[in-house]
Amino acid sequence: MNDQATPASPVSSGMFDDNRQALEIAREKVSIEVRDLDLYYGTEQALKGVNLKIAHNRVTAFIGPSGCGKSTLLRCFNRMNDLIDICRIDGEILIDGKNIHARDVDVAEHRRRVGMVFQKPNPFPKSIFENVAYGLRLQGVNDRRKLAEVVERALRAAALWDEVKDRLNDNAFGLSGGQQQRLVIARAIAIEPEVILLDEPCSALDPISTAKVEELIADLKNDYTIVIVTHNMQQAARVSDFTAYMYMGEMIEFDDTARLFTNPRRKATEDYITGRYG
Amino acid sequence: MRQWFKSGDPWIWLIGGGLAISLIMVIGLLTLIAVRGFGHFWPSPIVSTTATTAAGETRQVLGVMVRSETLPAQRVREAGQDIPADQELVTRHLIKVGNRDLNGRDFVWYLDSALGELNYPEGALRIERREWGNFYGFGRALERGGQVAARGENLWPQLQEAIARANELHQRIETLERVEIGGINSKLEALRLERRSLELRDVSGQALTAAQADLRARQAELDRRYEDIQAERRALMEESERDVLIAETAAGREVRIALNNIVRASRNNAMGLFDRIGFYGHSIGEFLSGYPREANTEGGIFPAIFGTVTMVLIMSVLVTPFGVLAAIYLREYARQGVILKLIRVSVYNLAGVPSIVFGVFGLGFFVYLLGGTIDDLFYPERLPAPTFGTPGLFWASLTLALLTLPVVIVSTEEGLARIPRTIREGSLALGATKWETLWKVVVPLSAPAMMTGLILAVARAAGEVAPLMLVGVVKLAPSLPIDGEFPYVHLERKIMHLGFHIYDVGFQSPNVEAARPLVYATALTLVMLILILNLSAIAIRNRLREKYRAESD
Repeated sequence: MNDQATPASPVSSGMFDDNRQALEIAREKVSIEVRDLDLYYGTEQALKGVNLKIAHNRVTAFIGPSGCGKSTLLRCFNRMNDLIDICRIDGEILIDGKNIHARDVDVAEHRRRVGMVFQKPNPFPKSIFENVAYGLRLQGVNDRRKLAEVVERALRAAALWDEVKDRLNDNAFGLSGGQQQRLVIARAIAIEPEVILLDEPCSALDPISTAKVEELIADLKNDYTIVIVTHNMQQAARVSDFTAYMYMGEMIEFDDTARLFTNPRRKATEDYITGRYG
Repeated sequence: MRQWFKSGDPWIWLIGGGLAISLIMVIGLLTLIAVRGFGHFWPSPIVSTTATTAAGETRQVLGVMVRSETLPAQRVREAGQDIPADQELVTRHLIKVGNRDLNGRDFVWYLDSALGELNYPEGALRIERREWGNFYGFGRALERGGQVAARGENLWPQLQEAIARANELHQRIETLERVEIGGINSKLEALRLERRSLELRDVSGQALTAAQADLRARQAELDRRYEDIQAERRALMEESERDVLIAETAAGREVRIALNNIVRASRNNAMGLFDRIGFYGHSIGEFLSGYPREANTEGGIFPAIFGTVTMVLIMSVLVTPFGVLAAIYLREYARQGVILKLIRVSVYNLAGVPSIVFGVFGLGFFVYLLGGTIDDLFYPERLPAPTFGTPGLFWASLTLALLTLPVVIVSTEEGLARIPRTIREGSLALGATKWETLWKVVVPLSAPAMMTGLILAVARAAGEVAPLMLVGVVKLAPSLPIDGEFPYVHLERKIMHLGFHIYDVGFQSPNVEAARPLVYATALTLVMLILILNLSAIAIRNRLREKYRAESD
């Protein structure tokens, strides 16, 4: 996990396929657009003039040292920062061209469209079935058959169905950490959001579970726009199409993943990914 | 030495010692009330002996040895007894001789030196009576309708049969009085109220005549049924007066005891171990399920147990929603600031207010103000007799709910604070509103903490006496708060309560010696009751915990 200590960078380890085609953000359909975003916690500025475009149905990764603001930025997308009293935001975030801070936006409705998975698996103290059905029930869906159908689809999409199909009524806390995290992803998928935000989804998982979640991310990007925050640069390199490097609340560099890791434009980025940071 | 101190050993000894002392005190307390209380029901042997009075007269004594004590002779001399000058200590025995109707008192102290040889005659009879307390003596004959029906060998088995029959009759009479006559009385009262409300509503003309005719008809019907039941009751009474036991006291005086006055007769000295155990179990059962007699010094404490449980349950039903809602508001919605801090401190300090203050508040505010208003608005036909404007079950429960509110608020708040933020965020991220998150995730998760609050509240409420004396608990309640009469739960009725019963029996009783064991037995019952209430609440909590088991717990 400790990338900084490893002298060998992902670049030199020959992780990238030279033939891999470079993506170009300009050619992609934009899902989320961030314009001049400043964010303050009280008097402290956590994000400074961030500008960013996130491509539709692609995986975008945010990397950077702890406290650089990558999670804060992610939490802006579904307005999770609203919960913090002292938090203040300037600038605009557009999702599908619509400002998410506009007056007529219903926060709950907005969060339904932008799902989120957290660092630590946080299933509800309910059965596996009810966990996945939770979002639907909130929308007033109570038809047992419809719920069963959606739950199965979501669990299959999260690659968890085969492991839990015989114990859907067991408490979700009985699952392993990796299974819980996939359950939480299934829960997010069940309400069919447009965007899924992943906040260090693998940091509490063992390597095998991590591999499964990464596989899942690769499958999900066909249907969803995915933004992932990660500490693990190999992970960012493995799963993402685009990567943003942030440092001290600023967006240092944003490019497609292959290029950012093989040929960073900024010295700071290169230092970080080659482990010279700090 | 320093090494020893540094090692921490002395502190471990200190801590362990503290724990041991606490445990010994608790166990000692429980043992004391258990032995003193439930020892009372054991069939003690009946002693027969002679006692010599100061004047030199000798008389026969028959009874049960209650306890003995040794005092300085000087004190006994000052009390007027004649003690030889060289004697420094005197032993005296308290003997329950019963027969209050004959002797005037049923507990007598005898000096050890005045007593003759102790015998335990097999035929000695202990008779528990409905009036005048126990009788100690010897059975002579059983009379049936003026004729001798059994004597000698036959007497004991015949007597047992006759007592069983008399008890059954008594039971039937009692049921008749409680259920049938009680029911008719309450219907008559309802009629009276209807008539009164007719007057109040100023009905006139034909409607009035029709209504009055209807009322008269119903009254006549009820009167007729009352007469029938009275006739039946008189017949039963006559039946139960058929048998009379002729008995003889130790002094040889003949006494006639009607069998409808006998609860139970036993020959304690002739009992085997199993008989004794059976008798013991039966007595305890009767104590727990019976109604009090003789100014609470005899009989059972069932109404007090029932009243305590009902009151605590109603209190729980009242305090839980209030406490939980207040805690949710304080923790989740209120803006954190100086005012909130003040409110919180005041709530916490409510827990420290002496309970009698709550009683005064309950009497002034709930009973007189609220209750009086309710009477004016809803029960005008009953005035001037108050319905809710007088202390009663509901006001007692409400006062206790107020008293225990801080406990529930504090533990619920702590429970809410312990729910990890990630769980709330998980719900919010799925498009739940704050309210939905609270209701569907946070509150169920903190249910065990709410139960903890309720457990503490129950423990406090069940043991509280002082405020209850002002707001609804009485020495002797004529009827239970729940019965077969519509509307089945009578929130306005006065109740009996174990805590107050202890106080009443212990301090207000006309017969101190008879009451003493009942004080302990009632105290033990109260402790057991609180234990049972708490254990069931703890069982519920553990099941909730299991259901909402979280990693963070």
